[in-house]
Amino acid sequence: MSGPRIGVLALQGDVREHARALAAAGARPVEVRRVAELDEVDGLVLPGGESTTIGRLLRVFALLEPLRERVLAGLPVFGSCAGMILLARDVVDGRPDQPLVGGLDMVVRRNAFGRQVDSFEADLDVVGVPGPPVHAVFIRAPWVEKAGDTVEVLARVAEAPVAVRQGSLLATAFHPELTGDFRVHRLFVDIVRSSGSGR
Amino acid sequence: MGYRPTHTGITGPGSRPLPRRPIGRGADDGGAGPCVVPDWKRKRRHIMSEAQSAPSSGLAADSPRDGDAARHAGTARVKRGMAEMLKGGVIMDVVNAEQARIAEDAGAVAVMALERVPADIRAQGGVARMSDPDMISEIVAAVSIPVMAKARIGHFVEAQVLQALGVDYVDESEVLTPADPHHHIDKWKFTVPFVCGATNLGEALRRLAEGAAMIRSKGEAGTGEVSNAVVHMRTIRAEIARLSALPAEELYAAAKELRAPVDLVTEVARLGRLPVVLFTAGGIATPADAALMMQLGADGVFVGSGIFKSGDPARRAQAIVEATTMYNDPDVLVKVSRGLGEAMVGINVSELPPAARYADRGW
Repeated sequence: MSGPRIGVLALQGDVREHARALAAAGARPVEVRRVAELDEVDGLVLPGGESTTIGRLLRVFALLEPLRERVLAGLPVFGSCAGMILLARDVVDGRPDQPLVGGLDMVVRRNAFGRQVDSFEADLDVVGVPGPPVHAVFIRAPWVEKAGDTVEVLARVAEAPVAVRQGSLLATAFHPELTGDFRVHRLFVDIVRSSGSGR
Repeated sequence: MGYRPTHTGITGPGSRPLPRRPIGRGADDGGAGPCVVPDWKRKRRHIMSEAQSAPSSGLAADSPRDGDAARHAGTARVKRGMAEMLKGGVIMDVVNAEQARIAEDAGAVAVMALERVPADIRAQGGVARMSDPDMISEIVAAVSIPVMAKARIGHFVEAQVLQALGVDYVDESEVLTPADPHHHIDKWKFTVPFVCGATNLGEALRRLAEGAAMIRSKGEAGTGEVSNAVVHMRTIRAEIARLSALPAEELYAAAKELRAPVDLVTEVARLGRLPVVLFTAGGIATPADAALMMQLGADGVFVGSGIFKSGDPARRAQAIVEATTMYNDPDVLVKVSRGLGEAMVGINVSELPPAARYADRGW
């Protein structure tokens, strides 16, 4: 029994936690640091981490353009926290030269909830995730400031969207990889499966 | 097992503080009050409310609690999770806003604000303390990445000041002159997370028992000599491997030998690693040093004097960041190691008199 091959961008961040969550959700996780590795995957996770660092390393190691092309060509991608920022069209309170992958028609506000002393946990209802509320961990988290009509809001905190989906692109401001509840990853694995590029 | 949240209770205006519940300890530690320094949080909450009154959705939120469940800040998961997000990254010592900008431009995941880099503390001597709050505030204002700062071992008031300044992580550091020869800070009392140094597993677990959310090797800061960091990393790894191989009934005696709580010892034996992120620090001066420590099992790298005591800090900082990501790829390591100019001169650790060894500070 082999699930879809899903990459975790492994330039910086909580790669191990996402890989573990993907395996638990029925996928075969692989680390992605090179274009050749990117070419091999049916879906990709952009992990939590420091978005400015990951963005810079994407450019330095010549992954930014190939990744943009694959996203445009329909590669399913799930981004958590820094990953959500990277999937945005634009970022508020980012660095002016901060490289973004884009794909999701949204503007996010970086560190929107404040600094680390403001980081928090809360229970959230997430559209598309059946069962009890998702326990969500927010760490210097962003929120969605502006979203296009094609973007579906899956969850909110105090009116601010914190989980969104647009086709096969999924993004959360929180970290489902940190809690041991892998329902959000299962949702993403289902998205990858139904996107049809299963090898 | 798993995490038990430590509520420090900022669930919203007017809410009651919840009891704290430390991880790895069977019961409440009794008596400790709510988090000491709520001013920053209140300030942020105010800022947040303002920010939220104008999101594009047009739905003004007059209170952050509208429409969602209670929020819990300062929990163990939030503190340890912050360190998880730094993995695979480089945290750089900086002494002013300009250095902080260079570090951010180079791709640092965070900066460590301090008054003097360890090499200068060694050279100049005297008592080394927490930095000037003005300098920390300037650095916080200058960069968008997380800012850490150092407090003296046992100096819980310096830590309170750093928390109130909005620092993202406090390093209870042996590089500064210890304030208490017996006790480290009770880190459970704080909303801000702490990183602490360790030379071996027992020391790491004692720091976790006190509430540290991240561990780093101690190395020998300010020397540019990596050998101590290597020894600490190998020691911690070997001690964990030994625990994992022990039958359950022998873990009690192992805990006694390690001078660490048995439930933490049991957890490490089961996981085969620390329950928190393990970075390396002390003496890292080149991209190859950083890659060496990553190959030895570090989750990430602190670089102190190695960058801003070198000939070309910006290039060296970038090179160390790239080497930390591609630590297993010698072709990349060759490329990033070229043309960096002079490395810091450094001091051989074996020539240091015992009193000048920072790694021996802490208990």
